[in-house]
Amino acid sequence: MRIIFGDTLVRLGGRNNDIVVLTADVAKPTNTNKFAETYPDRFLNVGISEQDMVGIAAGLALSGKVPVVAVFASFLMRAWEQIRNTVARADLNVKMVGTHAGLTSADDGSSHQALEDVAVMRVIPRMTVVVPGDRQEIAEATEAIVEHRGPAYLRLGRDEEPKLFEGENVFKLGRAVTVRDGYDVAVFSNGAVTSEVLAAASRSKVSTKVVHVPTVKPLDRDAIVAAARATGVVVCAEEHSVIGGLGGAIAEVLSTEYPVYIRRIGTEDVFGESGSHSDLLRKHGLTADHIGAVLEEVQRRRAHCS
Amino acid sequence: MSRAVERTELLQLNEVLMLKDKIRSIRRSILDTVNLGGGHLGSSLSCLEIIATLYFLKMRHNPYRPDWEDRDRFILSKGHAAPALYAVLAELKYFPKEELATLRKFNSRLQGHPDLRTPGIDAPSGSLGQGLSIGIGMALAARMRGKRYRVYVLMGDGECDEGQVWESVMMAAHLELKNLVLIIDRNGWQLDGRTEEIKKKVPLMGRLRSFGWEAYTINGHSVEKILEALDYADHSDLPTAIIAHTTKGKGISFLEDTNQGHKVRLDADQYLAALKELDKV
Repeated sequence: MRIIFGDTLVRLGGRNNDIVVLTADVAKPTNTNKFAETYPDRFLNVGISEQDMVGIAAGLALSGKVPVVAVFASFLMRAWEQIRNTVARADLNVKMVGTHAGLTSADDGSSHQALEDVAVMRVIPRMTVVVPGDRQEIAEATEAIVEHRGPAYLRLGRDEEPKLFEGENVFKLGRAVTVRDGYDVAVFSNGAVTSEVLAAASRSKVSTKVVHVPTVKPLDRDAIVAAARATGVVVCAEEHSVIGGLGGAIAEVLSTEYPVYIRRIGTEDVFGESGSHSDLLRKHGLTADHIGAVLEEVQRRRAHCS
Repeated sequence: MSRAVERTELLQLNEVLMLKDKIRSIRRSILDTVNLGGGHLGSSLSCLEIIATLYFLKMRHNPYRPDWEDRDRFILSKGHAAPALYAVLAELKYFPKEELATLRKFNSRLQGHPDLRTPGIDAPSGSLGQGLSIGIGMALAARMRGKRYRVYVLMGDGECDEGQVWESVMMAAHLELKNLVLIIDRNGWQLDGRTEEIKKKVPLMGRLRSFGWEAYTINGHSVEKILEALDYADHSDLPTAIIAHTTKGKGISFLEDTNQGHKVRLDADQYLAALKELDKV
């Protein structure tokens, strides 16, 4: 995911002289080193100081620049107060990219994993929050948040992603996309998890509508209500805590606009630990097998209800 | 060359005298504003000369074009001194003086702490320790664009407790941002008490120099000394820090060098006593 992000930044940098990229001693892991090599005078490595980095980005934005900061998602949260108080309150045009999000820092352990970032970024007024699902979508989402005027958070996960979309123009800010149709259960997901959901749906006897929701904020309320209306039961799946992320956002919308049964899959209010990414996904139920089992459970529940 | 150095000494003397006069009336206006709306009186009074000298004698700016791209920038990192900044901006006609009476009131453009909705405010603040980082971003943008504007950041001494301050002090030195000036309002107090009792700052100048900054210590209530230090900073090859020794609550004897005026509304007797003193000065 990060390779395409780094390449996209270089491409956008060639078009817009005002883009400045900042990182905090993680140029290589965030793949911003390509931008650094191509546009050294528009790149700033602030060293290991995330709070200062966000403040500097705010100053650049106040001077008409378009700063893009990229660090590990878990460490960007160290500057949450700076993001809230300086960037968002003043509606500054700062783009924040959190890499290695979810459980993808696998063997580094829970210090490096980010399972709360969507929740704490989403709660900030004016913030746009995007969690793309494949390489093409990352490229387009990166471009979209840079062109969007205002603060935005882009959440990136692991390096190799399964392909979710064919062709171009797959991403539009604020739009959810139905990637598979079905009538029994609607699943909302984002990030790489959508690919697992699709795998589960294609193997399942349950007719599953899969709605990919890359923009967590602003949420595509119409698409979510329509899908809930069509199926009557809903599952949310994300590589994030079940508290406050995509599942939380969807529960907020549906509880007032179309109350239905909602089952959330994600980490259950716990921290991660060291292990391989696939071990961790399995433990937290984010594999196609577990999602498939949940679909059947939810389908049984639906049968009871109706 | 800076404007101040080009000026003849006589002209400058005249300007300084006029500013001192103006500061007297602004001090009175701060008292009235805080008396009506509330806010941090003591720390507004300690940094008034610094803000007024910057805006009246040093910075290139235009009240009729607050967003003029080539203006010098000012960041009030110690955002709680907003009443002082608002009073100076009103004196310069960034907004009508009558608006000062709306400070901290519902629907006012004058928020409790600096906010971009106020004409003339260059950066938001209120949460301490962030202004210098913002200043680095602005100074860097000037360098990238080949602009000559300078960036002034006013910080409190208590504020130096924040870790982010030292991240940015380190960064500005690393980037050799000579268009960046940090002024520390060294009034010796923070919310809970004497700065040296809460968390030791001494030797503040030594610390800044050891981080790679040019640093001076001055009397922060002397317009001449402030101007002189700011003029020196124009010619530095390093970022410059000016440690301005000040008195919290300056001008109101029963508040001076006490923490009573940190955030207080004076009662009627105190207000009258303060008025009497300010008129005398």
